Parts: sequence; C-alpha cells; structure tokens
Amino acid sequence: MNLPADLERIRQEIEGFAREYELDFYETIFEILDFKQLNEVASFMGFPNRFPHWRFGMEYERLSKSYAYGLHKIYEMVINNDPCYAYLLQCNNPVDQKIVMAHVYGHCDFFKNNFWFSKTNRKMMDEMANHATKVRKYIDKFGYSEVESFIDTCLSIDDLIDRHAPFIKRSNRKETCSLKEIEDEQAVKKIRSKDYMEEYINPPDFMELQQRKIEEDRLKKRAFPEEPDKDILLFLIENAPLENWQREILALIREESYYFAPQGQTKIMNEGWATYWHSKIMTERAVRDSELIDYADHHSGTVAIQSSRINPYKLGLELFKDIEDRWNKGKFGKDYDECNSIEEKKNWDKKLGLGREKIFEVRRVHNDVTFVDTFMTEEFCQEQKLFVYKYNPDQEAYVISNRDFKTVKQQLLFSLTNFGQPFIFVRESNYENRGELYLYHRHEGIDLRLDYSQETLKNIQRIWSRPVYLETVVEGRGKILKYDGEKHSERTL
Amino acid sequence: MALKIEQDHNRFRQIIRGKIKSDLKKYISHEELIGRKGKDLISIPIPQIDIPTFRFAPKSQGGVGQGDGETGTPIALDDDEGGGEAGNVPGEHLLEVDITLEELAQILGEELELPRIEPKGHKKIQTDKDRYTAVHRTGPESLRHFKRTYKEALKRQITSGAYNVKNPLILPIREDKRYLSWKTKPVPECNALIVHMMDVSGSMGDEQKEIVRIETFWIDTWLRSQYKGLVTRYIVHDATAKEVNEEMFYHLRESGGTMISSAYNLFNKIIDEEYDLEQWNVYGFHFSDGDNWSGGDTDKCVALLQKELLHKVNLFCYGQVESTYGSGEFIRELEDELAFADNLITSRIENKDDIYNSIKEFLGKGK
Repeated sequence: MNLPADLERIRQEIEGFAREYELDFYETIFEILDFKQLNEVASFMGFPNRFPHWRFGMEYERLSKSYAYGLHKIYEMVINNDPCYAYLLQCNNPVDQKIVMAHVYGHCDFFKNNFWFSKTNRKMMDEMANHATKVRKYIDKFGYSEVESFIDTCLSIDDLIDRHAPFIKRSNRKETCSLKEIEDEQAVKKIRSKDYMEEYINPPDFMELQQRKIEEDRLKKRAFPEEPDKDILLFLIENAPLENWQREILALIREESYYFAPQGQTKIMNEGWATYWHSKIMTERAVRDSELIDYADHHSGTVAIQSSRINPYKLGLELFKDIEDRWNKGKFGKDYDECNSIEEKKNWDKKLGLGREKIFEVRRVHNDVTFVDTFMTEEFCQEQKLFVYKYNPDQEAYVISNRDFKTVKQQLLFSLTNFGQPFIFVRESNYENRGELYLYHRHEGIDLRLDYSQETLKNIQRIWSRPVYLETVVEGRGKILKYDGEKHSERTL
Repeated sequence: MALKIEQDHNRFRQIIRGKIKSDLKKYISHEELIGRKGKDLISIPIPQIDIPTFRFAPKSQGGVGQGDGETGTPIALDDDEGGGEAGNVPGEHLLEVDITLEELAQILGEELELPRIEPKGHKKIQTDKDRYTAVHRTGPESLRHFKRTYKEALKRQITSGAYNVKNPLILPIREDKRYLSWKTKPVPECNALIVHMMDVSGSMGDEQKEIVRIETFWIDTWLRSQYKGLVTRYIVHDATAKEVNEEMFYHLRESGGTMISSAYNLFNKIIDEEYDLEQWNVYGFHFSDGDNWSGGDTDKCVALLQKELLHKVNLFCYGQVESTYGSGEFIRELEDELAFADNLITSRIENKDDIYNSIKEFLGKGK
C-alpha cells in the first residue's frame, strides 16, 4: 500500500535528511495501520503473520485493553528485514509521524550496520510466513491441541539458546523430512481398485495392521542422545526422540529466538541510536515552528525517566551524546584518565571533533553489555542520577540501596548479561548411564524461581522423554531438581 | 477487515473460559465477584496464564533505576515484577478478563449441567416490537438516511444528465430524501418474575445473608440468560413481611420472631394483583434458617404452598441456610408434607461451599 501523498512527502523529506547525516539503511516501507491492526502486529512482535498460538492472542487482549484505557499507545514499530517494514499509527498527527519516521530510519541504520545483527535473516518476513504455513499444516494433520500443547512446551524453553556465541551458529541439524515424506511414511499404501473391489483388494483389518506397524516403526526410529551442547534447543533438536513434525517446530522456534536475540542484546543502543537521530533530524532540520511544542511533548515522553527501571531510550541517548561529547573534546585516553583535577577535567577540550565518527563506530561494533561496560563513566553515572535498588523485606518495598558507581555499573551489566536470564547448560545426556538429561545452572548469586523451574523441567522432560535433572543452588546450598515424567523430587548436594 | 490475530485471540478467550469453568466453584463462593459487575460485563480476576521458563526468583534481584532520592527511599514499581532491567519480562499479575454476563451464565450452565428452561406454554402470547429497519420517503430530518438519499440523488442526476464527472456535486432534492422508519414485528413474549424472599429475623447473621446474596446473584444470572424480560422483586420478613428494594434486601437486619407465612402471603398477593399468569413465568426463592415461630404457622405455609403458590409458580425453591441459632425444622416439614410436588425444591446450605450444589439443585430441573 502506498502512503498518502502528504505522508509520502514527509517521508521523502525525512529520508533525505537521514541520508544527509550518512545513515545507511535498507529500503524502508511504511504502512499505515489503525490501532487494532497495530495492536495485532505488535502482538505478533512486529510481523503481519505468525504461527497460530494463544500467546499472541493474550498479548493482543492486553494491548487492546491498555490502549482502550489509555494506558499506553504504540507509536512505532519496525522490522529488521530487507526491505525494512515500519508501521505508522493512522490517527497520529503529522509531527508524530515525522518523529516516528526519523526514529525508524535510525533503527534501520542500526539493523543494517550493527555487528550483532549481521547474522540475522534479512528475509525474516517471508520466513515467519513460512513458519506459519508449516505449523498450520501440522495442525491440519495432527490436530490443534496436539500441536498447540507441543508449542507451549517449546516456548517454555525458547530462551535456552547460546546468545553469546560471537557468531551466531546456524543449526547444522540433520535434514528433516518434508511434510510430504511424513505423510508418505505414515499412510499405508493402497492398491488402486474399483469401488466394489476395494474391500477385497485393501481389506480393512489388514490395512489397520499395516498402519499399526508403521506407527511402531516410527516410534522405534527416534534418535538416541549423543553429545552435550550449550545451545540446549539445538541439543534437543538433534538428540531428543521427537517426531519429525515436532523437530521441525522446535527448530523453527529456535530460529525465531535467534532472530530476536540481537534485539534483546542491543535494546539500549538501538533505542538510544534511534532517539539520537530522531532528535537530531527533527531539531536541526525537520521541525517547523508551529510543530515545536508537539515535538517537545512527544520527545520528552520518549525519554521520560521512571525511578524503577532504566528507560533504554533515555539511557542510550545520553550515552551516545556523552560519547560524542567526549570524543569531540578529547576526554579520553591516558592523559585524561590520569588527570586528577576535577576542574581541569570538567573544562577539558582538545577540540578534536571526533565525536560523530566515534558514535558511528560504536553503533557498528558494540552490544549493550560492551557499550555500558566501555563507555559508562563515573561522571555519567552521577549526572544521570543512577542508583541500585533492592527489595527490603522490612519495608516490604523496593528501596534505593546505593549510588556507588561500581555497584550501579555491575548491577546494570548483570541485568544485561544473557538478557537478564539465568545461564543453563546441558552437562550430560546419559546421566548415570540411563539416558537421563542433566542440566546445570551456573549460579551467580541469584536463585532460580523454583516453581517455574520445576514446570520448565517438566516441559524439557516431555521433549527428552527420559528423566531430567537440574543442578542449581537454593539459599546457598547445592540442589538437584529432578522430574522423571511423573513426579518432582529434589536432593541436596 | 478480519484480523489474523482473531484466531489466536479467540483461542485465548477459550482458554480463559476453560479456566473460569474449572475454577467456577471457587468463583461462585466469592462475594467479591458480584462487586465487579457492570451493566453487561463482569470482570473476573484470573491468574495470568504463563509459560514457565527458567528465570530468577522475584524480589531476589535488585535493579538499576534513575532519578532523585536518598538511600532507603522506597521506589514505586510500575509493574508487579521486580526485574527492573530494561527487559520485557512479563510480570506476574492477575489478569482481569471481562466476560459478558450471558457468557458467564453459559459457563455456569455448562459446568452445573443446567438444562435450558422450557417456559410455560404461552408461546401464543405475542407482543409487538418496533424496530427501525424500514425506509420511507417521509420522516423527520434527524432520521434521514444519508446513504440512501445520496444514492437516489445520484441516480436522478445521472439519468437527468445533471451529473458532471469533473465536478461531481450531488444535490438532493425533496424527492430524493429517504428516512429511516420503524417496522412493527411480533415477538413471542417470555417474561419471568423472580421473587426472592429472605428471613431477616435475629437469627440470620451477616454470614447467612452473604450466602443468600451470592446465591441469588447466580440464580439471577442464570435466569436472566433464559428470559428476555426478567423482573426481580424482594421480600423480607420477620414476623411480618414487606417488599423492599435490592439494596435493602441484603442489608436490612431486623430482629424478633419469624412468621414465614407472612412472606408467602405477600408473595401470593403480589402475583394475584400484578401478574397475569398467562404471561409470566414466576419463580419464588425463599431463604431462611428454618426457625419458624410455631408449628401452626408452618402448617399455614404448607397449606398456602399446596393450595395456591405451587399452582402458580414454575418453581418454588426453599434454601435453608445453616445458622447457630436456627432450629432448622422448617425444611423437614416442607419435605414431609409436600414430597409429591415436583416444582418445590429444597436445599440445605451449610456454608459457602454448598452454594455450588444448591444452585444445581434449584435450577437442575429445567423449570
């Protein structure tokens, strides 16, 4: 669908400005949606089509409701794809559309140039649609609840991927069969016959016997566990005794997880970068006098701070601005670091003018963890009034516990590492020589939520089909949780 | 345009429905649900359906925030979730689901296996109903049908050659104008009167009243789904009976003796004076702790039921709520004396958990 003329004019204008600033992006296609459609797309995490699952429906219910009550409004959404797709909310006023477009071009530049996105599938739009078709076919064949409950199981472990591999590994899993082959291998071959002869040529009881045999063979064919792997999903795909269709579904969910992973890894940078550029483009070029108030209103909403959580738009924007400023003034390197005079440091300006170049380099090579680790300085931390909060059981509330730079940085890095999820590995797949799966949680000071862990273990067991263990630490003591297919048990190490 | 999400959304609603159904017993005995009733919708809190993953225990993890404040200052979390990082980890909150009362009644019906009610055989009775579905050439301007008028004008202008493609101006004249109008349609009438009667004598405490309140809510919900026009009236009694409004019905606390017959008399009088039995399906629900003033009055009640009320009503239900003071004789008398009556149902309600079964007993006959 083409944009209406007025928006197309705005788009061309904004795109022109973005190119002037040397942003580099794939062709970007804007679509206008009403809020229902936007909520739909948002529920599908940006895509127009996903495999059928109730979780998207739940998200839709949530979004629709909070939109109806005026609790939130989605302004913009953009998909990492070539071409990039971005959505505009129909009822937004022209200034909002301008900001959104400028913001979107920032994201598109980031998608194309950031190293962590370099391995993502740029034809994901098509791939998602293929996944949807595939799952729909399985549903037709194996029944809705069967497929749905297997997807539930898969989604329970879809974050168990190796997101920190320097290059995202593409699965080298065995070629799985196509749907056609699955069909062939499941149906008993009939001999062609005339209607009235059918009963004699293909006797029903014989056919049934054959069908049962095929079922049995299929069960026998299940693979046996081989070697452990850090990428638990891949490990299960390759080694768990799954049906072919189940293997396919697990594989496609894993693929989607890998596709979304870099977005989680670069949330602060990505939003910071896009916000940096929308404010640059708007304030230096695009905003008209009459639009200034609306622009300021919108922008301040985007970068508003909340005490309870980091606003990635704000933090990212400020960090990029800080880096630009420091490299413009030469506030880095040995001399600067070793300078002891606060006054001198404050007024430090070597007029290097390297800022712009530096931030482009940063957006190319970093992810959130290295971004914060490398560039967050003590001065920045104070200026931005960052603090650490902890739960205080006496007050039954979260309270500010510390403003110390090191603690803040450490806490922030911790919450970014592995996207704030625990590290889980497969340690052994033939535990006690009984084909039982042994998982290991690398404990880093924070316990797991036990009820959820048990339920997750149950789901892994469902895939693995033999008993499954998880080694973790609970309140300072080593513990092994076990689920054997019928009941949970645990043992202290 | 149909959205693709509809399928997933419907599936989600279906799951929710299943959750409500499987926990219906719990919801039925919770009074708070009644407070969440709007005009047509009821908001039900259900635990978020979540897909389990390996994640950190809540509250064990601090976070990084931004803003002013001394050490020790409590901060407001915008989410129940304590993660606090830039994450999009779903929080653990209760999900408020809105469902229509009709749907709730449906769930109730399915779960309790309530049969649909067959109204008394008055299908002949019809009322006329006006619906604005017709289009006329005359009418008030406020009801002008824009689209039809436009079409007529367009047709006229094209046939008369007054239509100019370059300047497609359409000017309706009087003959073009079309107006919405009503059509009268006969609709089969199917009305129901519910009369709730409650003993408010000294022995009925708050707990007993709460049970009554919950049970009547569910009974109303069900009957409302079965009849288009539903009228609910309330009678309270101690030694004398009077009609009150809904608010009063639940909050009035009298003391003194109990004469159940007074309520039955009033009920009978209301039916006789105000309701044409040819047109109305009448339901009587009476709740008491079973402690009547005297055996003589109980005999009166039995006689009244036998001679008058049971011939007039679709169903008469008596629920005896357990109370520390009540003697609880009344229910036995009714059961002994009127065992033959198939439209009299009695039920003992000892506590909130019995409400579920009691509703089933009352409405399970499909009357």
